Amino acid sequence: MSTNFTGLLGEKLGMTQVWDENNKVVPVTVVKAGPCVVTQVKTPESDGYSSVQIAFGAIDPRKVNKPASGHFAKAGVTPRRHLVELRTPAATEFTLGQEIAVDHFEVGQTIDVVGTTKGKGFAGTMKRHGFSGVSASHGAHRNHRKPGSIGACATPGRVFKGVRMAGHMGHVRKTVQNLTIHSIDVENGLILIKGAIPGPKGYIVLVRTSAKGA
Amino acid sequence: MNTLDLVDAASLKSDIPDFRPGDTLKVHVKVVEGNRSRIQLFQGVVIRRQGGGVRETFTVRKVSFGVGVERTFPVHTPIVEKIELVTRGDVRRAKLYYLRDLRGKKAKIREKRDNVAK
Repeated sequence: MSTNFTGLLGEKLGMTQVWDENNKVVPVTVVKAGPCVVTQVKTPESDGYSSVQIAFGAIDPRKVNKPASGHFAKAGVTPRRHLVELRTPAATEFTLGQEIAVDHFEVGQTIDVVGTTKGKGFAGTMKRHGFSGVSASHGAHRNHRKPGSIGACATPGRVFKGVRMAGHMGHVRKTVQNLTIHSIDVENGLILIKGAIPGPKGYIVLVRTSAKGA
Repeated sequence: MNTLDLVDAASLKSDIPDFRPGDTLKVHVKVVEGNRSRIQLFQGVVIRRQGGGVRETFTVRKVSFGVGVERTFPVHTPIVEKIELVTRGDVRRAKLYYLRDLRGKKAKIREKRDNVAK
């Protein structure tokens, strides 16, 4: 496992484009990440596994209930809005109350980004599963976007479990692996990530060292 | 104003002349061959300017050996060394696609005469 493991919570600000050193256009997503604080370090001796818990975002301390504020007090930090736990064998490298900022990452490093995808509401099979729908003409009658057959007849006499149908689409946790950091703005706490990441602007995303390595 | 203006500001160029469709431009394009680079000139009429901010592009059309050639550049691209305004054109459209169907004298754009306009 890599020893320079790190992760950060941040807000997705949106996408834009920049030019690289070869004068090629690079599409980038801008994430305003950190500063995060370490609120708990779990070790195999105390918890049975190794992980680090980080917290991000300001919150009015009056809004935090007693158990949570006790948890933050134990780490010696002010209460934060978002908490996330990262499983890593390198957890012991972190200390309680330690502050993590964007300079923990380096330019060119591969990362994974975890976010919540844009919600699409109740979506039909064409949008949700990419079904082809039914012909626009040739006698098609009010069934242009319908799924067609969902099973056989008297044998089996039922619809199999797991048949793809219409339903709620989006607003689920999604990880995009092996993205590259194009550049880092330490002053403003910005990370420019090459490519797209899940979710709408303003949503919280987790940026962490890629699980599958460089 | 917008969230990402801070990021885009680094890419934006400030030495862009004020030009619009119908104008004739000399675009100085940096061409990299192996490990040395030189400047190539592309002179023609701007037939379109679209997009905004860091994404803005413009298209220059010229007729080279009887063949129409169009090149689209991002306004703020680093490969364009310099943009030189040759003449201002007198046109009534924002997109001059009609020039593609015209040739010879008809494809010429009248020059804008500032004293008349005022």
